[in-house]
Amino acid sequence: MGRTLAEKVWQEHVVRSAEGEPDLLYIDLHLIHEVTSPQAFDGLRLAGRQVRRPDLTIATEDHNVPTVDVDQPIADIVSRTQVETLRKNCAEFGIRLHQMGDASQGIVHVIGPQLGLTQPGMTIVCGDSHTSTHGAFGALAFGIGTSEVEHVLATQTLPQYKPKTMAITVNGALPEGVTSKDIILAVIAKIGTGGGQGYVLEYRGEAIRALSMEARMTICNMSIEAGARAGMIAPDETTFAYLKGRPNAPSGADWDAAVAHWRTLVTDDDATFDAEVVIDAAELTPFVTWGTNPGQGAPLSASVPDPSAITDPGERGAVERALEYMGLQPGTKLRDIKVDTVFLGSCTNGRIEDLRAAAAVLKGRKVADGVRVLVVPGSMAVKRQAETEGLNQVFVEAGAEWRSAGCSMCLGMNPDQLAPGERSASTSNRNFEGRQGKGGRTHLVSPLVAAATAVTGRLSAPSDLD
Amino acid sequence: MEKFTTHTGRAVPLRRTNVDTDQIIPAVYLKRVTRTGFEDGLFAAWRQDPEFVLNRPEYAGADVLVAGSDFGTGSSREHAVWALQNYGFKAVISPRFADIFRGNSLKGGLLTVLLPEAEVEQLWQTIERDPTTPVTVDLVERQVRYADVVVPFEIDDYTRWRLLEGLDDIGLTLRHADDVEKFEQTRPAWKPRTLPAAG
Repeated sequence: MGRTLAEKVWQEHVVRSAEGEPDLLYIDLHLIHEVTSPQAFDGLRLAGRQVRRPDLTIATEDHNVPTVDVDQPIADIVSRTQVETLRKNCAEFGIRLHQMGDASQGIVHVIGPQLGLTQPGMTIVCGDSHTSTHGAFGALAFGIGTSEVEHVLATQTLPQYKPKTMAITVNGALPEGVTSKDIILAVIAKIGTGGGQGYVLEYRGEAIRALSMEARMTICNMSIEAGARAGMIAPDETTFAYLKGRPNAPSGADWDAAVAHWRTLVTDDDATFDAEVVIDAAELTPFVTWGTNPGQGAPLSASVPDPSAITDPGERGAVERALEYMGLQPGTKLRDIKVDTVFLGSCTNGRIEDLRAAAAVLKGRKVADGVRVLVVPGSMAVKRQAETEGLNQVFVEAGAEWRSAGCSMCLGMNPDQLAPGERSASTSNRNFEGRQGKGGRTHLVSPLVAAATAVTGRLSAPSDLD
Repeated sequence: MEKFTTHTGRAVPLRRTNVDTDQIIPAVYLKRVTRTGFEDGLFAAWRQDPEFVLNRPEYAGADVLVAGSDFGTGSSREHAVWALQNYGFKAVISPRFADIFRGNSLKGGLLTVLLPEAEVEQLWQTIERDPTTPVTVDLVERQVRYADVVVPFEIDDYTRWRLLEGLDDIGLTLRHADDVEKFEQTRPAWKPRTLPAAG
């Protein structure tokens, strides 16, 4: 019987398999950042263990780092301690680190692909749930907790139960103005925040094939928001073209050998999935969230839902709670919702194509009065590229703030936060209560919607600007 | 890891679904570099409301949390498990847990128990009626027991054994260090390395 992409990558990494036990999987790449690693390194020291493969490990500073004055020490003493702890640990255990101010520093899920370290068929883990991003290359990539970080540091393996597989097939072509962010928000609204629980998602179909690597990363990034630890897309010519020539990509005869193998990493025609969801791309429109989890979303043309129309008491209560937190009235048109802040960035939408898309909308326009717009590139390399293209000028002339790289307002561990009651349109991945700052209210949007919203001050699509 | 066999305590009803890890512990509380001291951050925003169930005197000291579906969604932060443990919780019961949170909890010795929604509803009603009801979470028998109710739950044999014995996963894996070494010999030469840094 045929095998799925996920099954193939899984089988290539099984170190040991025994009845009644999880498989022991080899890990090809371990990404590290300052928040979820300190206790893991402490554990190693306590047990007198070493890092087994520093040469398969890479660290960056991203969650805590300020996005202004990055040549200065971090002002927040607790954040600074966490970052300095990472520096000490990397020095002690011989791990490569891209620290603040370094040309390759950035969000962990942006720098892996950018350096060419993320490649098809790999197993990749990180103490961060958005590790699913790397699945865009046909890698099996998933987030882990700190105990597992310690396990991978010590053994370069992880005991794991094999997940089920779910196909998300997106047929047809995306309409103009609809992006991969809209696809994934629509998928999550359809299957729910727990719909992918226990599965690896494989995104397939014409609409997925037509996407760039960066757009694919946006989709895989939010697999976790549907409850799936990993999302994958089979590698193809788009993948190979993206990788070729990157610093850590294979070259010469190695490149040919690698590509020959990568071409085998597709789901066989006679393979079966445990579940399948089919979506028609032609029916998709710009999508935004109105609630406090990423499954609470709707087309921008819709209105805030009315809880009294919901029969299930649990679901009704959840919607009521969400609307109360969000300060929204049932029936309000989503396009009438005013925002205070627009955040363009994060591991979901902080790449160069995202910045280009937003800049194209903002060019020659002005940010609405009273709206704060933060543009935070996903990495310093993205920042340099944007500056080479003059995108920073477009943002600044429109009235936006041009920042340095980091996770920033996606989760507000650095000073970039919403004030209580403040409302944002954000290209990030989570609209949980308080995610972007205590009491902050988040609407998840695509970079195009973020840019149009910046201009009107209300949730808007670029087509509303004409 | 501490062994988990069976635990009896009072239980607190958290009638909410989709309790994400940003609610369990907001990001600003993740800056500590230790495994302890996270209890201050547990449900930090919700605990500001005096009516929040954890603030109600009748549930003070309860150490079994009974929550709605999709508990622990979102971030992979193991700090969510530590915050629950640091606060005093020994077990969490829910109809469905997010995968990463569940994995983290079972690595750290916080028992996460899956019960069907109807059973969770019945348990909620019981502990709301009588908050002093002792609730037993028995990993040996794979049962939740309270009043005259006995509900079985499923957990795989391997995880159960690890918890009952309090075994450290890394120690278990290191017994197979030879297999890891053998596997490494078979890895293709073109697989990327982070060292020395290229470009």
